[in-house]
Amino acid sequence: MAEAILFVIAGLAALAGAVTVVVARNPVYSAVGLLGTLFSVAVLYVVQLAHLVAAVQVIVYAGAVMTLFLFVIMLIGVDKEERGVESLPRQRVWVGVLAGGIILFAAGATLFGDFEWVPAASDTVLEASSNGTIQAIAEPLFTEWVLAFEATALLLTIAAAGAVVLAQFKRRRS
Amino acid sequence: MVPVDWYMGLAAALFLIGALGMLLRRNALVMFMCIELMLNAVNLTLISAGRAMNDLTGQVAVFFILVVAAAEVVVGLAIIVAIFRRRSTASVDELSELRG
Repeated sequence: MAEAILFVIAGLAALAGAVTVVVARNPVYSAVGLLGTLFSVAVLYVVQLAHLVAAVQVIVYAGAVMTLFLFVIMLIGVDKEERGVESLPRQRVWVGVLAGGIILFAAGATLFGDFEWVPAASDTVLEASSNGTIQAIAEPLFTEWVLAFEATALLLTIAAAGAVVLAQFKRRRS
Repeated sequence: MVPVDWYMGLAAALFLIGALGMLLRRNALVMFMCIELMLNAVNLTLISAGRAMNDLTGQVAVFFILVVAAAEVVVGLAIIVAIFRRRSTASVDELSELRG
């Protein structure tokens, strides 16, 4: 029961934040909406026993990534209004038709079709095998997925170097 | 316990909102935030499916997606800043040199 209440609260907060991201005219409001969504999703992670991932979500996403976003908003300014004119003709109409079609299809498949989201889902949760503590995550991470782990370390180094190169590009030319 | 279908439905709704924002907005920064929204929706499905199957691999996958998303944000925002310095605009409509 507690899980259902938390799901409703955090789910509604996540949806509200997501809608704010899309409809807000000011990018700062979009960033705040995204922050709300990230926190709500972290709450849903905790509800589902993914403790380490929830902590990483708050620290990396809500902390580091959102700070980066706000810094870039600060750098490039928020006063630029988007033009109302679409360069592609009738794009908004097509997007509306597409979204309506997807929603109708998904709702129909879920309500009337014989559709299972997760085929092998079990109704009982085994605490031992799905409790995402640091120890429980570290074991597959450093045995089965150690190669991918090292690859992500390399990826982060390349990304950091690439960001520095991109930031210096203009200064060298002028 | 909440059935896994609810989580999947919520994640689908989040993904759809993110995709709509990607298609409707013209500000490169907001489009970037919509990408983050979609990534989070997928992460939520992985966590939920992993719990429903009593398997920790979903959480490990989310861990990797988080790292890759962080790298992607760093490079993407650096590109946006570089474009802004050169063109002083963050609207993707203005960036059409590569169009045939």
